[in-house]
Amino acid sequence: MTMRDRTAIVGIGATPYYKRGESLPHTQLSMACDAIVGALEDAGLTVQDLDGFAIYSNSVDPAEVASVLGVPEVRFAASLTSGGGGSAGALGLAAAAIHSGMAEVVVSVMTLQQAGRRLGGTQVSAGGGGSTSANPYSAGGVPPSLAFTVGSGLLSPGSSFALLTQRHMHLYGTTREHLAEVAITQRSHAITRPTSLQTGPLTTKDYFASRMISDPLCLFDYTMENDGAVAAVMTSADRAKDLRHPPVYILGSAHGGAGRWGPAIGKYFQAPDEYFASSGHRPVAKRLYEMAGVTPDDVDVALLYDHFTPMVLMQLEDYGFCGVGESGPFVADGNIRLGGKIPVNTHGGHLSEAYIIGFTHVREAVEQLRGDAINQVAGAEIALVTGGPAGLPVSGTLLRR
Amino acid sequence: MSEIKPGVYPVPMTDPHADATTQPFWDAALEGRLVGPRCTNCTTVILPPQPRCFVCQNTVFEYVDLPGVGTVYSFTVVRHPLAPHLREAVPYVSAIIELDGTQGAGARMLANLIDVDPETVFIGDRVRVLFDKVSDTFAVPRFTKN
Ligand SMILES: [Zn+2]
Repeated sequence: MTMRDRTAIVGIGATPYYKRGESLPHTQLSMACDAIVGALEDAGLTVQDLDGFAIYSNSVDPAEVASVLGVPEVRFAASLTSGGGGSAGALGLAAAAIHSGMAEVVVSVMTLQQAGRRLGGTQVSAGGGGSTSANPYSAGGVPPSLAFTVGSGLLSPGSSFALLTQRHMHLYGTTREHLAEVAITQRSHAITRPTSLQTGPLTTKDYFASRMISDPLCLFDYTMENDGAVAAVMTSADRAKDLRHPPVYILGSAHGGAGRWGPAIGKYFQAPDEYFASSGHRPVAKRLYEMAGVTPDDVDVALLYDHFTPMVLMQLEDYGFCGVGESGPFVADGNIRLGGKIPVNTHGGHLSEAYIIGFTHVREAVEQLRGDAINQVAGAEIALVTGGPAGLPVSGTLLRR
Repeated sequence: MSEIKPGVYPVPMTDPHADATTQPFWDAALEGRLVGPRCTNCTTVILPPQPRCFVCQNTVFEYVDLPGVGTVYSFTVVRHPLAPHLREAVPYVSAIIELDGTQGAGARMLANLIDVDPETVFIGDRVRVLFDKVSDTFAVPRFTKN
């Protein structure tokens, strides 16, 4: 017995989205609390009802948030491992908690403030002039494996995903024009929304005039970096029926990935040939569709985790919207635009609206299925939300109205 | 640290921080030899060295000499300096190398590809290892076109 249709998202809350550092004097904690309270109010619930936290990427410490909010009793507090790859999977974790009876009203939340740190910066200290004192590993001892990667000059997530992209181009003939189509399409979606941090259109000329960061990725292939928080409140399908909005049901949720995928990304790059140039989502997608009992043709709108444009392409392949290696021509034909075969990131995504590590995608999926999205896909009944590509787990969740 | 020049990524460590499993690799590197730990049961070569063979679960490895040549599996040209001292180093090429004498995936190396025109690097290029001795204990493998 799966948890299909047994739980639902009943409330969404969010702070405004801020350019990097401009959320001060708010803090990550205060923004998380604002988003959670907002989501509870949206549902017609209160802090008195909240009893669970299902998070990812260490977004908050549930102990601290529960204490600040005055939650009467916490009955579930768990996180998916690793980073942003768990965003969609956190909804599945919440659903599992509710379906199993461990908790009744569970929140998933992401809060981000990049005033003092940058996720897109160096993964390994690049400075130090030969000293290891500035190395982030030195406090706990430098892991012996680091010496095998430290000379490569691969310092950022962008360079890591550039390696997958270059291979995809080599194998399948994917081009920078295909990447540009993703960036330009998403920008066109973002600029109709008052929440968007990007407000002007992006042209092909703008795209090709921008600076290359790490070949083949240029500035507009990268996510933005910014501040803000988004939360989603979930409960059982039974209880959801009596709340403020029509429930958005969890059709299915899956997380994980192939066993050799995890450290392949951003660290050792040892993934087997058959899925090196992929988003790592293929096995997750298969399980997700099986649990939900639907096929890619049934999905009306796809909110795909988009830290880099090529990873949208590879997810289109891994979630079966086109064949493996065919995503470039697929997007060139306009298939991911509004009115296309599968509209993608109708909110503008990380690339153009705001980067809250996957949770703006959850918010947009709910708005689409409630029928009140700004870039509404007419009659949308089923939405796909994904988390990652990143280190294992990556995740996907299917929602229906 | 030696002077920074275009195309050569300045390595920010002077010690390999080796343990018993990885020390033979760095000992050989100081002698200019590329070696890899090979599973004594199924011959899978694993880099970076790991405590167990992911194919057959064996925990015993022997270091074997590798030819020191390989093929560019993928690469990126890093053009944007992520730290101030890298301004003089960019553009540089970071590559994944599949090594001759190994099964490929599981033994790929990540390395700076030097003495090349970044505009003429392609997947499939044949490359060979060079060891850049950054200290008395640490010789960093880089690759160049063969
Ligand atoms: Zn073995």
